[in-house]
Amino acid sequence: MSELRPSLDTPDVATAQDVVAAESTTGARSRRRSPAAMAMRRFRRNKVAVAGSIFLLVILVLAVFAPLIAGQSPNAVDLGAIRQAPSGEHWLGTDASGRDVFARLIYAARVSLLVGVAAALLSVLLGTVVGAVAGLFGGWVDSVLMRTADMVLSFPPIVVIIVLAGILGPSIPILILAIASTTWPTPARLVRGVTLAVREREYLHAARVAGAPRRWLLRKHIVPAAMGQIVVVGTISVAGAILAEAVLSFLGLGVQPPQASWGNMLNDAQSLTVIQSMPWLWLPPGLAIAMTVLAVNFVGDGLRDAVDPRQTGRS
Amino acid sequence: MTAFVVRRIVVNIVVFVLIGIGVFLLVRAAPGDPVRMMIRPEDLQEGSEAFIQARRAELGLDDPILVQYGRWFLDAITGDLGSSFVNRQPVSELLLERLGPTILLMSTALGISLLIAIPLGVVAAVRRNTSVDYAAAALSLGVISVPSFFLGIVAIYVFSLQLGWLPSSGMSTAGGGGGADILKHLIMPAAILGLAGAGPLTRYVRGSLIDELSADYVRTAEAKGGSPARVVTRHALRNSLIPLITIIMINIPQMLAGAVVLEQVFAWPGMGQLAVRAVTTQDYPVIVGFALYVAALVLVCNLVADLAYAVVDPRVKVT
Repeated sequence: MSELRPSLDTPDVATAQDVVAAESTTGARSRRRSPAAMAMRRFRRNKVAVAGSIFLLVILVLAVFAPLIAGQSPNAVDLGAIRQAPSGEHWLGTDASGRDVFARLIYAARVSLLVGVAAALLSVLLGTVVGAVAGLFGGWVDSVLMRTADMVLSFPPIVVIIVLAGILGPSIPILILAIASTTWPTPARLVRGVTLAVREREYLHAARVAGAPRRWLLRKHIVPAAMGQIVVVGTISVAGAILAEAVLSFLGLGVQPPQASWGNMLNDAQSLTVIQSMPWLWLPPGLAIAMTVLAVNFVGDGLRDAVDPRQTGRS
Repeated sequence: MTAFVVRRIVVNIVVFVLIGIGVFLLVRAAPGDPVRMMIRPEDLQEGSEAFIQARRAELGLDDPILVQYGRWFLDAITGDLGSSFVNRQPVSELLLERLGPTILLMSTALGISLLIAIPLGVVAAVRRNTSVDYAAAALSLGVISVPSFFLGIVAIYVFSLQLGWLPSSGMSTAGGGGGADILKHLIMPAAILGLAGAGPLTRYVRGSLIDELSADYVRTAEAKGGSPARVVTRHALRNSLIPLITIIMINIPQMLAGAVVLEQVFAWPGMGQLAVRAVTTQDYPVIVGFALYVAALVLVCNLVADLAYAVVDPRVKVT
């Protein structure tokens, strides 16, 4: 199926020839600078990507040091002060239970980032193993794995996660597993492509002749060759996972209250009175999601250009 | 070609059955006893234990799992998906009456995304690396980054609450009605869903048109004195849109995911709203029915995508 038709899902991924070409050109210059260092230099020249990184760094600091910065507990109910507008005491006002919105917002960043990063890591890990196995073994193993990948890819993750969360019950681990189990095909296809590209190269033949087991080939040759692009796909997966967490929690199927997440904070905004007269309840978490996801995507785009300058996505 | 079609259909049926088994096993593995769930807590009294056991036997829940699966499968393929735990209505009836609104929402949204994506993609391709092109890229990135439900809330705030132009929820005004009324309710969710779908489509149209513009026949057309507009619209664009049907088919399942979420925001009475409600009330038969409907839709779209790609473009050789 994948060979038959164009696809929208895989972000601009270098073809096999590109990878080989990139290796030979970078190889010649590697005495002066490693490919990673050169990629870093190119990344730093990309203003949008750097701005995205700085924004993410700020969010990360807020999340990590939330107890110090918030000054109040995110779950402290104060029925004497419900739905207050922003003030000196409550920077972003209070919600329907009198909880401080600013405190909830930065505590929620912890959950959103945790779910986003954990789900993306798991998805990339799974995809790398599947892709490398498919590429190395070839034959029917390859067809079965890749057909499965195509099949999984054709299902919309959000709908699958809704069904899974609905049946198994909503919780953070289920959420992470559900996101990873629906998004692994993208890294899998990518790693398979790289594996096929390097499989027939001399150094792999040499390693094989020397008696290296497949596990060794995978760890020492294939994963390093694919690393740059794995990082790119992994970064973009973080954006998708943060969005998925937000959507699911918004629907009440993800992170459960009283624990705050950006998605479930927006859950309160399903009533017209809240939308109308209490924008401090829904605007901050909504903007937090949008800006964080945008920043992650900027960084992902910047990394893609940095890892493979000829594959700029703007042909 | 016939062999290709037959094989694709068989593969899809096998996958559908596998998904059915998967969903069935998941529900059986889920926490909670279906009989207890069917009984309202206030009806649970002393001595109900014997009743529950009798009911379990009656429903066949004590039979071997394979027997249960066989029975469920036979019912399912004849269209009997059981009844909702919550209001006892047959699941297929519940889903079917909500199919219409969802299809209306999704097809309008699809139309909107094509209306945005084709012109924008063409301009971005022709005026490559200009501000228009960058604006199109920014739009694509923007719509995949801003969650659609947040966009929905903002739209309600602006167009319903501040300006008062459009209704904020439902599909028609109580007591009112008529096509114009439904259209007013449809605009916001369909526009947001369409905007979200336009991002990847624009990228596709742009990329595909750029490929075609470098083809030999385009140079020939230019050499013969065709104006740039004519060369693009009459020659290149036509070829670049050949696989569009495939792209649309791949996009429909993704659009369904967006519809599920937006139906919640705008209280649009579609399948997604039903599914989300079923999930929050642990109404397993409805969840399973929804899952099977979605699986069927995805597989049919896949099949059409594969076949259309081969049929529409004779240059594609199928094996």
